[in-house]
Amino acid sequence: MDTQLLLQLLLNGLIVGALYGVVAMCFVLIYKASQVVNFAQGEFLLVGAWVCWWLLTTYPLPFYAAFLITLAFMMAFGLLLQVVVLRPLIGEPVISVIMVTIGLSIFFQALMKWMFGVFAKPFPPIFASQTVDVLGLQVQTVYVMSLAVSVLIMVGFAWFFKFSRMGLAMRAVAFDQQAAQSLGVSVRTVFALSWGISAMVSAVAGVVVGVVNGVSSALSFFGIKVFPAVILGGLDSIVGAVIGGIIVGLLENIAHYFDSQFLHWGNLYEVAPFYVLIVILMIWPYGLFGTKDIERV
Amino acid sequence: MTSVAYDRPSGDFKTSYAADTTIFPTRTSAAFCVAGIALVAAAPLYLDKYGLSILIQIGYLGIAALGLNILVGFTGQISIGHAVFFGFGAFASAYLNNNFGVPVFFAIPLAGLATTVVGLVFGIPAARLKGLYLAIATLAAQFILQDFFARASWFTGGVAGTPAESLTIFGYAFNTDARYLYVVLAYVVIMYLLATNLMRTRDGRALVAVRDHYLSAEMMGVNLTKYRTMSFGISSFYAGVGGALYAHYLGFVSVEGFTILFSIQFLAMIIIGGLGSIMGTLMGTAFMVLLPEAMTALAGQLAGSPIDRALGLNEGIAFLREMAIGAVIILFLIFEPDGLAHRWRQIRAYFKLYPFSY
Repeated sequence: MDTQLLLQLLLNGLIVGALYGVVAMCFVLIYKASQVVNFAQGEFLLVGAWVCWWLLTTYPLPFYAAFLITLAFMMAFGLLLQVVVLRPLIGEPVISVIMVTIGLSIFFQALMKWMFGVFAKPFPPIFASQTVDVLGLQVQTVYVMSLAVSVLIMVGFAWFFKFSRMGLAMRAVAFDQQAAQSLGVSVRTVFALSWGISAMVSAVAGVVVGVVNGVSSALSFFGIKVFPAVILGGLDSIVGAVIGGIIVGLLENIAHYFDSQFLHWGNLYEVAPFYVLIVILMIWPYGLFGTKDIERV
Repeated sequence: MTSVAYDRPSGDFKTSYAADTTIFPTRTSAAFCVAGIALVAAAPLYLDKYGLSILIQIGYLGIAALGLNILVGFTGQISIGHAVFFGFGAFASAYLNNNFGVPVFFAIPLAGLATTVVGLVFGIPAARLKGLYLAIATLAAQFILQDFFARASWFTGGVAGTPAESLTIFGYAFNTDARYLYVVLAYVVIMYLLATNLMRTRDGRALVAVRDHYLSAEMMGVNLTKYRTMSFGISSFYAGVGGALYAHYLGFVSVEGFTILFSIQFLAMIIIGGLGSIMGTLMGTAFMVLLPEAMTALAGQLAGSPIDRALGLNEGIAFLREMAIGAVIILFLIFEPDGLAHRWRQIRAYFKLYPFSY
């Protein structure tokens, strides 16, 4: 047993898991507000990271300025996507809506590859010191930042949905669309805004991952990894998404640990979450916190 | 949405069950089908090797896409992992032929059956799940099987891939495009007839009932679990046969081809063709096979022009093709959700009713 490695991997798992949690939260936000299963969630990360990277490398902007412009851009991007592509499909069967998001996903993935190439490009360095000391472990500063950002986003979400007027309106729409509408909540705005916020927050996660690992099309794989997380947590639970994300992150790294130490199968890191996904779907399809569908006739 | 022909006189004047369950609603439609088959059969006379290879591609992809359409279009169960079943069929057929000496002629249907078994294993969640949960389960199947292909070198040859011999019947080898075309054509005719017939049976109608209103279907005595799993099995069978035909056409199967993008291409085929339309599946497949070719030709035409220099069309052609796949999915779903089959019916209706088309 290599305890040092295990600890390192667990920490990694926690950090990556927190990011999965953030992305899963954004996924659930869209699902709850507009009942759309968004297969293009990963592309929000991808587009956001590339935009930020492009701003930083093309114009000598300070990081915070580029970051803020990225956020504004992604907000607009999400809104536009909802209004142009998703709005015409309201009321269409689930299959059509899912397929449109799949179409969006490969469209933007290919567009980004076309515009920026297939190779990973590193962000310009942002922090002065590369590593900090946490409880005797050498941890890269970007990892600490990543964890901090994730927690900050989660707290922000909690505040937004508990106290802000718009957040309450969104929860009302998620709870009962007709009742919310009859009480004067604009469902159209809520739909569009949920996409905008989701795109924006995903882009934050995208930028964070980009700073840590460099920007490449691998970022869009986050959008796929979200599915084990949300199914584990329950499709319509924001808390479940966060917990599911962290569990999936830890699980990946534990699988990787066992793989490298004992099994030597290789590639278990990538596939383990999907095995778990199948098992959960078979025995427990509504996850930890999801609401059970009850059929009424 | 099903095989209801819209070119009948106003109203439904059928007087017998036989008339209701006929394959071809009119004599003209039967004549059209026979003429189409004859046209393809005569293709080696007027098409070069490139044209033939495209026809063959449309054939084997069309078979696999039909399987997906039975699952998605007729039963309403979405699958995002069709390419791996296609791949499994390809590997299974090559494996049976290489390792057990099973003649290719038998290996192709056996590969279909083997894929059915695998499909049923991944279809077990389908017994309990529906809609998006099932979509996510098939997404997992995609990644698990893709990983399996890379891992199981005894089965797939690992990174090196596996060779597949060409089909031989009584010493006559179907090893050129012109010869192999007839194999694919025969399979297309058989598989499409089988699917059309399936939709005329109790089982086929049960599938449609599950799609349209599963609660009512269940109350009418349709066993949901059985039919959901069954449609998964049928869809895998079609994918397996299509994959096996692909393997013996190329003569080589690589582990890298069966990605999620390929699965999405299958989805695109049936969306463009028309969900729940058998002939539409073939149209959609043809569209999706011709689209990249057309784009390559277009980019070739523009090579050297200012547009090409500004955008780098020829260097990025692989990405442009992917973008086109995404774009056609989105555009068809927004503007023509019933696909080419619907457009085709409208064109037919226009000529049938001309000049009083209202």
